[in-house]
Amino acid sequence: MSSCHEGTPRAGLLPNPSILPPRAATDRPIIVAIVGPPNSGKSTLFNRLTGLRQKVANFPGVTVEHRMGKAKLKEQQEVFLVDLPGVYSLTPRAEDEQVTHDVLKGERPDFPKPDAVILILDSTNLGRNLVLAAPILSLQLPTLVLLNMADDLKQRGGKVDVAALAAELNCPVALISAVKGEGIDRIQQFLVGTAVRLNAPPAKIELPVLHDVPKCRQWAAKLGVRASYRAPAPPLWTRRLDAVFLHPVAGPVVFLAVVVAVFQTIFSWAKPLMDALQEAVLMSGRWMTAILPDGAFRSLLVDGVWSGIGSVIVFLPQILLLFLFIGILEDSGYLARAALIADRTMAKFGLQGKSFIPLLSAYACAVPAIMATRVIENKRDRIATMMIAPLMTCSARLPLYTLVIAAFVPNIPIIHGVLSLPAVTMLGLYVLGFAAAVVIARLLKSTVLKSGRSSFVLEMPPYRWPTFQSLSLRLIDRGKIFLRRVGTVILTVAVILWVLAHVPLHDGKTPPLDHSVAGWIGKAIEPAIRPLGFNWKIGIGLITSLFAREVIVGTLGTIRHRGR
Amino acid sequence: MRRKHRSAKKRAGTGQRSLADLSTGERCILDRLDLPEDVARRLMELGFLPGNEIIPARRAPGGGPRVFRVDGSEVALREDTAARLYVRRDPESDLIVLS
Repeated sequence: MSSCHEGTPRAGLLPNPSILPPRAATDRPIIVAIVGPPNSGKSTLFNRLTGLRQKVANFPGVTVEHRMGKAKLKEQQEVFLVDLPGVYSLTPRAEDEQVTHDVLKGERPDFPKPDAVILILDSTNLGRNLVLAAPILSLQLPTLVLLNMADDLKQRGGKVDVAALAAELNCPVALISAVKGEGIDRIQQFLVGTAVRLNAPPAKIELPVLHDVPKCRQWAAKLGVRASYRAPAPPLWTRRLDAVFLHPVAGPVVFLAVVVAVFQTIFSWAKPLMDALQEAVLMSGRWMTAILPDGAFRSLLVDGVWSGIGSVIVFLPQILLLFLFIGILEDSGYLARAALIADRTMAKFGLQGKSFIPLLSAYACAVPAIMATRVIENKRDRIATMMIAPLMTCSARLPLYTLVIAAFVPNIPIIHGVLSLPAVTMLGLYVLGFAAAVVIARLLKSTVLKSGRSSFVLEMPPYRWPTFQSLSLRLIDRGKIFLRRVGTVILTVAVILWVLAHVPLHDGKTPPLDHSVAGWIGKAIEPAIRPLGFNWKIGIGLITSLFAREVIVGTLGTIRHRGR
Repeated sequence: MRRKHRSAKKRAGTGQRSLADLSTGERCILDRLDLPEDVARRLMELGFLPGNEIIPARRAPGGGPRVFRVDGSEVALREDTAARLYVRRDPESDLIVLS
């Protein structure tokens, strides 16, 4: 076999080694959009190219996230990459497809039109994937076509003539493996070459009528034939794994085991890490008390800031573990199977299998859960899922539940010590949240969000090993978001609360808590919350928790400290 | 669309079979999609094109949606959607025209 028929990643003929027009006249940085169908490895490629120099952003007005990052280039060049939501075509139906469409056409006022496009396709299913090349090439932007998963293609006995395809498409084509990092240097060279040389927009090639799907598919099939494309053998391991994961008996067992493992991780395995962190917070508090001179500053730092922040920061391991689990499930391809298994049950609540993914994430945090609803094409289903996601017990509520249970529920063993009353109470709180979600979903779907049984169309991607890089980037992302909240909202609330609990001064001394401003506020709202059995101290906590749920734990910590 | 008259003739007879009537592993050729335009388009983009070969594979445990092998990938559809994708069984005479 000649080398270009091999699965080895290499660039094909590059008619235009530099794909971008020069930007000398403008000072705006170069923006290159990464586009591709779902499961084509867009995000993996994006992570490869940008590493840590990326951030998640949200398009205003829609629940669609996009990631923007600076390409790691050896030369002194500023090339920004944007990872757009996956699309099968440029005929928008779902909200995320609309975003991709609008950005590429330059129709979003809040986002500049990209200067060039990197189209990434799954080389193991080129026939169908190439269909997307038609609308992308019709944009008349400089385009680089990447055929991803070269390792998979080669291993399963497929092949493609990259040079021939490049000649057919009249644009550079490269065979790469984003997971293995093969061929990435070619893309970098490519991006570097971009700004240097002047290039006319790509020469026109004959494209099919874009909204005629059969015609587009025929065009793609013809390209495949001309590029001597040989489709790989079916993914054997995926079939074998599906024989277990979708087995009538083993399937649901595995599904339940996965859900139980997720919860076990958050509640048991995270405990040693949390205890260690708690200990570290206590130790450092004592250490600060020891080295700082007694006074208002030490009190603010130790009783206000540190006890407030410390009581929340201990939940970092738990949140990271939950996101790690969701990341593994998503990257491995199991989440699609879970959605398939859950569909029947979800349909009974008027929802669908795809709602399962956001709802599981909602146990970590409602915000990413609402972001995750974008995969649901049916608008009514999507809104219903968004409405009930916050009813799931998110990890921010965990600190409070833990605190309340530890305070009020005695540690009595149940069923001969297999379970304990606190654990059952915790489970009960989770079940209650879920039950509320189910009832509300049913209510919404039978009234304001009524729709016919919506269609459920879900592609089952082949199973893949999650990569360390993608998982760690996710965790760094989520960790940053959490710590930013701790460093901003929770820190501010802790300082304000400390001040309110220490003024007005009585003869130059701090007043007892019930004679402080915080005490007055708490007492003022006490009549309203007394029917619930809450006293004024909890009242203060309720007000501060408006900023963020988990703040109440910090507040009660500070107040208790102050009350002593 | 090209085959409209043919499929109409078949339907007039015994009633045309749909994807929901097939047993696992039974190869067939998709004839037409009787679905709202946006759903039909999405399905066509995923490979459910008239003339394409489709193989029904696993069903979700407990009778949920079913996975279909189509155009090099696997796509899950609910029963009621599958019931509106009509098929015929003449694989030899109707392979996709490539050029």
